[in-house]
Formats: sequence, structure tokens, C-alpha cells
Amino acid sequence: MTLDQAKKGSDLQIVSISDSASRSQLVRMGISEGARVTCHEKIPLGPVVVRCRKQEIAIGRPLARKIIVKSVKD
Amino acid sequence: MQDLPPGRGYRHRHGLRPREQGKRIVLVGNPNVGKSVIFNYITGIYAEVSNYPGTTIEMSIGRLKNDVVIDTPGIYGVSSFNDEERVARDLILSADVVINVVDAVHLERDLFLTLQLIDMRIPIVVALNFMDEAKAECLEVDVDLLSDLLGVPVIPTVASQGTGLDKLVAAIESAQVGHSDPLVSQRITEILRMVGSPQEALLVLEGDKVISAKHGVPPGTCREEFYLRRRQRVNDIVAHVVRESGISRRFANRLGQATLSPWTGIPILAVVLCGIYWLIGVLVAQRLVGFTEDTLMKGYWEPVIRGLVLRWLQEGSALERILVGEFGILTMTMTYLFGLLLPLVVGFYFALSILEDSGYLPRLAALTDRLLNGIGLNGRAVIPIILGFGCVSMATITTRLLGSEREKTIATSILNFTIPCSAQLGVIMLLLSHVGAKYVAIYVLVIGSCLVIIGTILHRFLPGESSPLLIDLPPMRLPRLENIVRKTLNRSKFFMKEAYPWFIVGSGLVAIMQVTSMLSVWQSLLAPFTVGWLQLPREAANAFVMGMVRRDFGAAGLTSMQLTPAQTLVALVTITLFVPCIASTVVLVKERGLREGLTIWFGAWVVAFLVGGIVSQIIIR
Repeated sequence: MTLDQAKKGSDLQIVSISDSASRSQLVRMGISEGARVTCHEKIPLGPVVVRCRKQEIAIGRPLARKIIVKSVKD
Repeated sequence: MQDLPPGRGYRHRHGLRPREQGKRIVLVGNPNVGKSVIFNYITGIYAEVSNYPGTTIEMSIGRLKNDVVIDTPGIYGVSSFNDEERVARDLILSADVVINVVDAVHLERDLFLTLQLIDMRIPIVVALNFMDEAKAECLEVDVDLLSDLLGVPVIPTVASQGTGLDKLVAAIESAQVGHSDPLVSQRITEILRMVGSPQEALLVLEGDKVISAKHGVPPGTCREEFYLRRRQRVNDIVAHVVRESGISRRFANRLGQATLSPWTGIPILAVVLCGIYWLIGVLVAQRLVGFTEDTLMKGYWEPVIRGLVLRWLQEGSALERILVGEFGILTMTMTYLFGLLLPLVVGFYFALSILEDSGYLPRLAALTDRLLNGIGLNGRAVIPIILGFGCVSMATITTRLLGSEREKTIATSILNFTIPCSAQLGVIMLLLSHVGAKYVAIYVLVIGSCLVIIGTILHRFLPGESSPLLIDLPPMRLPRLENIVRKTLNRSKFFMKEAYPWFIVGSGLVAIMQVTSMLSVWQSLLAPFTVGWLQLPREAANAFVMGMVRRDFGAAGLTSMQLTPAQTLVALVTITLFVPCIASTVVLVKERGLREGLTIWFGAWVVAFLVGGIVSQIIIR
């Protein structure tokens, strides 16, 4: 599934990021392929806020649609 | 080539002051890691804030004994994704030593930049800041192990309390190049002969176009590979040095969460907006400006200076009218600059600094992102638009923080066409209070539609794509007054220094027009439009002439006229959409260039008269 479909509060693993312009910036912020994140908040129709350890990052919907994730269970 | 000290060419090319004797110490770090607090501590009171040559990015330069200390814009890595990064990159390349400030709570993000600096083989010392917050978050950082793994000195600090900063200053002497990635290091050595310095070699390998062109080599293709390796190393280091013990329940975190969730986020937003409006729209724009403009400047300054000038010049002579007449350079311009603009500018930078330092702005951007997508902007654009309701010229400057030229054009256009500034808003509200709820609703609807239509048209027809929102949400923090005051004063001083010659030129022109009676010729020229098309009295033309100087002058000119409620509505719609004031126009041209600036300025004539006329033709009959 893509990141915009993730449920609030779910634990996710990043599978791939197809937007090459944003990929480098995401890697720098800590979100690379294989990284574990939590879907922290979903603003209705708006950005998805993910949490990677203590770090919160807001990702606009159009970009969230280009990020493929899978849910992980502890 | 290899004998040159690193980056010397940059200093001269970019007009930075040449090295005297000491070292050049550059502070580098991600946004919101407390760099400026450390900078202020190290350099004392006397720092110089200026624009980096050729850009609109601020940089601060100070001194530590014989050494020069430079603060840089916050960045996530060294490259050229945006203006901030280009400026930081050039300053880093000119550094002898880098103080890398990292946030102990966000090491997995911050160490990426640290490792990049280490890969560049620049001597660095790491300030591990926010140790107090790390403790509150139940994080333990093994400082010695971190220092061993990085191969550079790591000094734990709590910058806001001054803890560890003396140690940090002492550690500058023992800065190290650190342990770089062996593979990266090997690749750098391979191309070092062609490029000269390892710093620039790394940037070439990572595909930096500017640096590659400088050395006449093709940009490298290693960025993805290097970034992923670096990310892996950061994750390994963090796994070894950071230990989490327990779950924190900090108020700041809960507040941060509340700003994002719509049920609590929107009320919080409303409170913040009211607060800003109260501070700038009421406290500064009305009370403080009332005192500085009317009492201080018009009450004391103007009569005194007029009296002085009249000793030397004959009353009514051309020079007398240009100097101290209705639009005089020594009267109106000075009143405008110091009585009105200065308090507003200080008020703005004060509010903006609080918003910046509290960490609220990125959250606001996230909350409003969806709404702004429709007009080709992302959430970041909410900042200039909100500021526009206070002062359009200030707001136009903040469009710098938008991601692409396309977004800057859209935001600037919306601001200069449709957003009334606080001074004008005051007069508009006064006039609207006499016309009844129906016309108030029509006014809001018309102006709101213009905003959406202009945004949508530009979004449709401007080439390129707007950047998606990708923003790091820093923790909410209580801003430090000292830092806010300092930031406000430095920025205000800088703004006034840049702005004042233009105001003198602008109002000097109007004064000359008045003396040569060109002003009344213009008034007659405009009359057919005002009377025929807008169906307003002939004198309404005066309001438009004044509106070019200052937006609220235009609206204020309407208060003395006998207008029906329908005519008031038409006049207000027209004057709101009318051209920006001299101040905004100057800033507009400075920020967006002559062509775009003039297009917006003349476009505003067309839009104002077109929309005003249409409203008039529909409702007055």
C-alpha cells in the first residue's frame, strides 16, 4: 500500500520511494527504504505525519502517494 | 592547486571579508538546533547580519578574539537543493573549522550532516545540544562512545543555559577531521587531482552542478549510494550510543500533537491568529503607530523641521514644497518611515521570531497544506499569506521560504493583488460597518474569489510543478526572549537600512509631481473611469492617486466622501484590489525582479477596475 493509505497509529516499514526529487531529502531526514516509521497523524485530505524515533515529518498527500510502505507487527 | 588552503577562492569571489589573521569558524547544523544561541554566546553582542552576496539569505558574522565566526542557515545536508543550502555550502567550503551543532534528541537526523562534514575532511567539533531535552525524553547518549565513533570531539551542551559552551570554545583548538567512510574516502582520492580539495571532490561526486562546472568535470553519480551508506552508518551509530529508558510524557509533545489533530489544531490556530492580529493589528498598528505617527512625528517632528526649513526657504516655493510640503521628503517620508514603518517592521519581526522559535510554523504548514494545494502552493505558503494581513511588503519578503520560483510567483501575486494590509484593513472595517451585513458578505466573497481565481489561473498556466510538502516538525519550545529580541532588532535594522533610500526616491517623485501640477492632470485623466465605469463621484480619483503611495491613504480618502452603501462597496473592492503601496512595490520589484513586479503592478490596475466595475454594474442601478 502507499503511505497515504496507512492507518493512524500503525507501524510501517518503507518499501520504496518513487519520487526521486524528494528521495534524497527523505534519506537525510532518516526515512530511507527499509526504515521503520509510525503513522503519527493523518490530517484529513492533507499531509501524513510520520514519526521516526523522536522525529516527526509531515509529508504532503501527493508525495505520500509515491511512497510504498508495508505494515509491520511487533 | 593542492597547496591552497581550502576554499580560499570563495572568499574573494563572494565578497566575504578576506581573512585577517585568525581562523574562520563556521557554525553548521540542522534547523532549530540552537545554532544562533551558541553563535550569540560565542560572539557577544556585536554581530553583523547581512544578506549573503547575490541572495536573500541572511547570514551573521561575529568575532571570537582574532577569529571570524559565521552563522549559517539551518540545513539537513551540504548540497544545492535550495538557496539556504547553496549559501551554507559556500560558507562551509570557506571554513577552517566547523562547529557542528546537533540536537541530542534527533541524532538520527542530525548526524547525517555530521558524517557528510566528516566525509568532506573538514576539521569539526560537535556541540551535542539540548542535553536537557534528551533527559526529559528519557534518552541517554553515550558521549564518549559517540566521540570515538565519529573521531571528533563531542561537547555536551545546553545552549539556552550556557552549559558546556566554554568547553565548546576551548575545544575549537582540538577540532578533528574524523573517521570518514573508507569507500567515500577512496573515491575522493581518485578524483582529488582534478578537483583540488576533498571538500569539493565530495560535492562533485555527489553531483553538485555548480562545483563540478567550476572544475570543468561532469557531475558525479554517487549521491544515492553515498547517502544510503551514510544513512546506514548514522543508524548504526545511533543504535550504539543512544539508549531509551522509559516513555516521556512531556507537555511540549502533547501540545505538539494537539496542533496537528484537526479538532484541537483549528482552535489553536484561531487563538494564534487572534494573538498575532492583536499584537500587530491592534497594539502596534493602532496604538503604537498612533503615538509614533501622530504624536511624535506629526506633532513634534514635522512642525520643528518645517519651521527650520522656512527660515531658509520661501513658503510656497518649489523646493520648500518638495522638502516639507504635503508629500515632503523631510515631513511625509520621515513620518512614514519612522512613525509608521519602523514600529510595524519591529512588530512583525517580533511576531515572526516568536512563531519561528516556538516550532509552530511547520505545524501550521502541515495543517493548511491541503487548502493551499488547490492554488498551486503547499503548506509553507501559509506563513507569507498570514503575514500579508499585517503588512504586504514584509510578507512578500517571506515568500523566500517557498520551494520553487513558481510558488514564489503565485504567493507574491496573491499577496499584492488581494490581501489588504492591517493599516488598510482598519479603514476598510470602519467603512464596512456602515453598509450592512449583505454588502460585507459581498465584499468578503468578491475578494476571496479573486484570491482563489488568481491562484488557480497562475497554477494552471505557470510552467513547472509545485513542490510537495516535506517538512520536519521540530518540537514545540518556549522561545527565549533574548534570542527573539536580538533577532528582531538585527532584522529590523537591516530592513530599514535597505528600505529607506527607496522611500525617499518614491515620495520625492510624488512631491515633484505635485509641485509641477502633474498630480492634478493625472486626477482628471482617471476621472472617466471612476465616474463612467465605477459610477463613483469624480473625487474618488484622488483616492487612487493616494492609494499608490499608501494603501490605507487610498481607503482613508473615501471616508470623507458622500457615498451610498453600494458605492462604498464598489470603492472598497476597487481599492483593495488596487496596486500595492510604494513600500510593497519596491519590495516586490526587489524580490521578484522588474518584469514580474511591473506585471503585477499594472495587472492590479486592470483587475481592480475590472472587478470593481463589474460589481458596480451589477449592484448600482
